Amino acid sequence: MQIYLPIAEVVVNAFTLVGLGGVVGLMSGLFGVGGGFLITPLLFFIGIPPAIAVATGANQVVASSFSGVLAHLKRKTVDFRMGWVLLAGGLVGSSFGVILFNKLQRLGQVDLVVQLCYVVFLGLIGAMMLQESLRALHRSRKSGPIKPMRRNQHGWVHRWPLKVKFRASGLYISAIPVLMVGAAVGVLGALMGVGGGFIMVPAMIYLLGMPTKVVIGTSLFQITFLSAYTTLMHAVSSNTVDVMLAVLLIVGGVVGAQFGTTLGAKLRAEQLRILLALLVLAVCGKLALDLFLKPDDLYSLTPGVVG
Amino acid sequence: MILRALALLIASALPLAAQDGPPAPPPERIVADLSRDDVDITTSFDGSDIIIYGAIKRETPIPTTEPLDVIVTVEGPARPVTVRHKERRFGIWVNTGKVGVASAPNFYVVATTRPLERILNPDEDSRYRISVPQAIRAFAGASEVEDVVPYTEALVRLREDHDLYRLDDGAVTVAEQTLFRADVRLPANLIEGLYGTRIFLVRDGKVMDTFRAPIEVRKVGLERWLYRLALEQPFIYGFMSLAIAVAAGWGASAAFRQLQRR
Repeated sequence: MQIYLPIAEVVVNAFTLVGLGGVVGLMSGLFGVGGGFLITPLLFFIGIPPAIAVATGANQVVASSFSGVLAHLKRKTVDFRMGWVLLAGGLVGSSFGVILFNKLQRLGQVDLVVQLCYVVFLGLIGAMMLQESLRALHRSRKSGPIKPMRRNQHGWVHRWPLKVKFRASGLYISAIPVLMVGAAVGVLGALMGVGGGFIMVPAMIYLLGMPTKVVIGTSLFQITFLSAYTTLMHAVSSNTVDVMLAVLLIVGGVVGAQFGTTLGAKLRAEQLRILLALLVLAVCGKLALDLFLKPDDLYSLTPGVVG
Repeated sequence: MILRALALLIASALPLAAQDGPPAPPPERIVADLSRDDVDITTSFDGSDIIIYGAIKRETPIPTTEPLDVIVTVEGPARPVTVRHKERRFGIWVNTGKVGVASAPNFYVVATTRPLERILNPDEDSRYRISVPQAIRAFAGASEVEDVVPYTEALVRLREDHDLYRLDDGAVTVAEQTLFRADVRLPANLIEGLYGTRIFLVRDGKVMDTFRAPIEVRKVGLERWLYRLALEQPFIYGFMSLAIAVAAGWGASAAFRQLQRR
C-alpha cells in the first residue's frame, strides 16, 4: 500500500514503514535500547530526506522511551533527581547541538560529521560491548554466576564541589559531571538524531558509578523529555516532523517491542549482548564503508540554497 | 480562483515574452485542452495521468512541405537546490565544491511526436527553452566554482535517474495533421504547486504557434490539513505529534500489562 507523506512529500510503502518500525521495536524490546541509531540511517536508506528522518526519528523515540519509562516507574527504578539534572544538561547540549547542526548544514559537511560520529561511537561501544560480553560468557561457562562489576566508589567525580545527594542511586556526588554527561549526550543526540541511550548508559555506569538497576529507567526518563524537546524544536524551527511517517513507525515499533521483550526473556543476557554488539558493529561497518568507498555519484542534491 | 488567475499571469509572463515585435497571426493555431487542470494529492496518491489534446486550426489548406510536429512540456514549480561535489580527502569522501541553483523546476517532462533533435532547430530550442538542458539552464543562478557545467549536468542526471526530468520521444500522436494527443504521466512524488503546460506546434524546425495552460497540484483532505497545521501552527502540530507518541507509548505499556496478567 503506497502512502503519500504530507511533510516529506515522498511516496513510500506503508508496510515497509510499519515493518521498519517493527524491526527496530524488536531490537529495542530485545536489548532495551531506544533504536534511534538504527531508525535514522534506515530512513535515509529508503529515501526519506535526512532532515525529516532526523526530526521524525526523535518523535518515534518519544513513543518507545515513554513506553519503557512507564514500566520502570512501576518497578521504582527511576532516579528522578538524577534524571532532572541530566535533563538540564541535556537541554543545553541539545540546543547547542541544533545550532552546530545548522552551521554544518550551511557548510555542506553535516552528512560527513554525522557519519563520522556514528562510525566512531558505534565502533567504540560495539567493540567494548563485544569484548565485555564475550569475556562474561567465557567466565560463566567456566564457573557459575558472574560477579557484578565493581563500581569505582571514590573516583575523580566524587571530589568536585556542588555535591548533591541522589538517593535512588545511593550516590553523593557533584552535579557538575552529571550536567556534563547530560550536555554531551544532548549534543550528540541533536547531531545524530538519536536519543543517545547507547552513550548515556555506559557513561552512567562507568563515569558516574550509578547502580545498574536504576540506569536504564533513569536514562529512558531523561531521553523521553529530551527527544520531546528536540521534536518540538524541529517542528517549530524547520517544520521537519512528519506525523504520518511517525505514526506508521510507532505502530510497527509498539508491536515489535512486545515480541522483542518476549523473545528476550528466552535468551541469555550474555548472548543478547553479543547480538547487540554485533548489530552495532554491523551498522558501524556499513557507514564506514560509505565513507571510504567511492560513491556511485560524486554529485548530490540538497533542497534549498545555502551559504 | 486567485491562484488560478495568478498562474495564468505567471504563465503568460514567462519565456514567451522572449518573442519580439507584434506577431502576425500564425497561419496555423493550436486549440487545446487538458483532461484535468487540477491534481489532488490524497493519502493514497500514486501519480496521475494527464491527457493533453487539441487540434490545429487553419484558415489555409494544409501545407504539403514538411510534416507537422507537436511538442508538449509540463514543468513543476521551481525551487532552489544546491548541487555538491565530493572529492577524496584524507582517505574519505568529502563534499568540496557546490553550486547553488536559485530555482530549478522539480519536475520537467518533454513529450514529442518524433525525436526532439530531428524536429526542432537549436536556435528555436534556446529561444523557447524546450529541451531539458535548455529549460534548466534558464534557471541556473550565480556560482562559486569555475566550471558550472558538470554541476548542472549532474542536476539533470540525478533528476533523470529519479524520473523527475524526462524526454518522451513519440509520446505525442498526431492524426490527419490536425488532431493531436499527449499522455503525460505525473510521478507519485509530486510537490504541491502550479505546474505549467506548454504546447509547441513545429514545422520545418521552427515553432509556428504556442499554447499554455496551468495545472494546479494540491494536497487535499488529511494531507492538506496536516501540511497546513505543520506550517501555520507548528507549536500545536509539534504537541500533537508528541501527544500521539505518548499515547502510543502508554497504550503499548498498558496492553503489555494486560497480556502479562493473563
